Amino acid sequence: MRLTLQIAFTQMMARKKQTAVATLGVTFGIGMFILMVSFMTGINILLEETMLSATPHIRIYHEVKASKTSIIDEVQTGAQFMNVVHHIKPKDEKLNVKNGLMIAENLRQEPEVLGVSPQLTSQVFYNFGPIQLNGSLMGVQILEENKLFDLRSKLVAGRIEDVLASHNGLLMGVGLAKKLNMKVGDKVTISTPKGTLKLMQVVGIFKYGIGAIDDVRSYTNLPTVQKILGKDSRYVTDISLKLKDYYQAKRIAQIYEKKYEYKCEDWETANATILVSFTLRNIITYTVSITLLVVAGFGIYNIMNMTIYEKMKDIAILKAMGFAGGDVREIFLIQALTIGFMGAATGLMLGFILSVWVGTIPFDSGGFLAMNTFPINYDIRYYIIGFVFSILTTFLAGLFPSIRASKIDPIQILRG
Amino acid sequence: MLNELALKATNIVKYFYEPTKFQVLKSVSLEVPKGEFVSLVGKSGCGKSTLMYILSTMDTDYEGEISINGEKLTGKKQNFLASFRNANIGFVFQFHYLLPEFSALQNVMIPALKLAKFSKKEIEERAYQKLELLGLREQALKPASKLSGGQQQRVAIARALINDPAIIMGDEPTGNLDSVNTQNVFEIFQELTKTFKQTIIAVTHDDEFAQKSDRVIEMKDGHIV
Repeated sequence: MRLTLQIAFTQMMARKKQTAVATLGVTFGIGMFILMVSFMTGINILLEETMLSATPHIRIYHEVKASKTSIIDEVQTGAQFMNVVHHIKPKDEKLNVKNGLMIAENLRQEPEVLGVSPQLTSQVFYNFGPIQLNGSLMGVQILEENKLFDLRSKLVAGRIEDVLASHNGLLMGVGLAKKLNMKVGDKVTISTPKGTLKLMQVVGIFKYGIGAIDDVRSYTNLPTVQKILGKDSRYVTDISLKLKDYYQAKRIAQIYEKKYEYKCEDWETANATILVSFTLRNIITYTVSITLLVVAGFGIYNIMNMTIYEKMKDIAILKAMGFAGGDVREIFLIQALTIGFMGAATGLMLGFILSVWVGTIPFDSGGFLAMNTFPINYDIRYYIIGFVFSILTTFLAGLFPSIRASKIDPIQILRG
Repeated sequence: MLNELALKATNIVKYFYEPTKFQVLKSVSLEVPKGEFVSLVGKSGCGKSTLMYILSTMDTDYEGEISINGEKLTGKKQNFLASFRNANIGFVFQFHYLLPEFSALQNVMIPALKLAKFSKKEIEERAYQKLELLGLREQALKPASKLSGGQQQRVAIARALINDPAIIMGDEPTGNLDSVNTQNVFEIFQELTKTFKQTIIAVTHDDEFAQKSDRVIEMKDGHIV
């Protein structure tokens, strides 16, 4: 064993309590870092997954806008005219995506696309005795929709095939079904904004875990909705897309928007507020964690400084006997790094144990999220970051005191 | 051989700056041939300890020139001086100055382990020999902090001897020892100079000790008398 190593360890063993206190500082810092990061990213991943489970990566639809120019601008052009038209209203446009089924077919051939589902959505009222509940009815090719959003796993009652089997079968959101007091097999009358009525039968009940969907939406066959609205069999209003890599959504959406000349909205834009809250949560996590580690680092700095103050005489003796400044620095750096290493190892373990424990704590999200206990994300990367950071902090915390120790003038101390 | 110089100091001048500027050493010159046992005496405050620290290369803040074994040491880097001390100078302090966490044996071994001229096993063997020489073999494995003052002082002497340095310097090496052990240490020193041609320079207040040495240098007010 190297001599400096031996001296460093012997000194540390002689001060077990101090060494333990310094180590515990790092242990708690790292442990809390691991717990916080695992917990926070666990929540983020859960929320992101929940959100993405019900959100298409790209949604293509026809955005109705008021036209910027009026017809008079086309007729009376030139410097001598000044046209003022107040409050221009949109034309009576069809809301559909023209050739939607062809576009969907086209998109299916794209290599980066996982699945495509053309949809026709209509605002409807669900008539429940004397009450009318506002909601939406989404006409889909149910098997395509299942491919995109894994509807089958979201069903709490019924089967999706039953939708295909009948012309008025309906999959109803769990929240809506509760409000309407519906069970599978029950019938409900819906009315459209145009005033048509239609009797539908509930063949299944689904639950996404997102109130905004479960409380308002029903699925049925695409032709059924086309018929209710009195549209032809090519009439669709939305095309939902799932991509192989959903982080590419923004880029791909822009390409499609140019190609098909319809509004293509990617999931990040559609859920910008949620993503901002993810980012903010991450910032908080890292700020708190780094604070913890810095505090632990200051603890080590203090203890190392005190140690060096106490050991001033020993340092002088070592130097008198022929130890160079570098040797002395090495001795104290070894001590700091040993504390960092032990603290990191025990801290990672503590963090892991706490994470496992927190992961078993039951949490009732009121049915809004698909979770029973706190979500924890076990990612080896955070353990590596924690380890590297603790070694780095302790190294820096030990560096300055040990440099000071290496500069101690033996004469000043030995002369007494 | 006797004429070969172990240590040569020329015109050493040293100031203290606190509390006020004060000249401690006023152009001290000194030559010590190899194998000589020199005692440095004088009233306290006359600068003998200060001279000692300068001669030992630990204090580098002085004017003049010092060479040991013909090698000029003035103006050398701290790290060079540290390794030079390790190999060539054994120093015994007024107080024992052992490392309290280590055993007596380890304390003696540390300078040799630093020098790394021998294997660890040989160093341990040699450390036992030195401790035996000073009558401390039984205390070898005790922690330094558990030994008596006299024993600690003798461990410190053993430590100074471990690397067979050319020069052994002592700042009142026998100050804390009883008469039997003082006699013993004196004999060891004499043996080292006679048989092994090691040079010894010791600051002492013990007149008897000084009289028995080869040469007595008396200092007064920063001069050699």
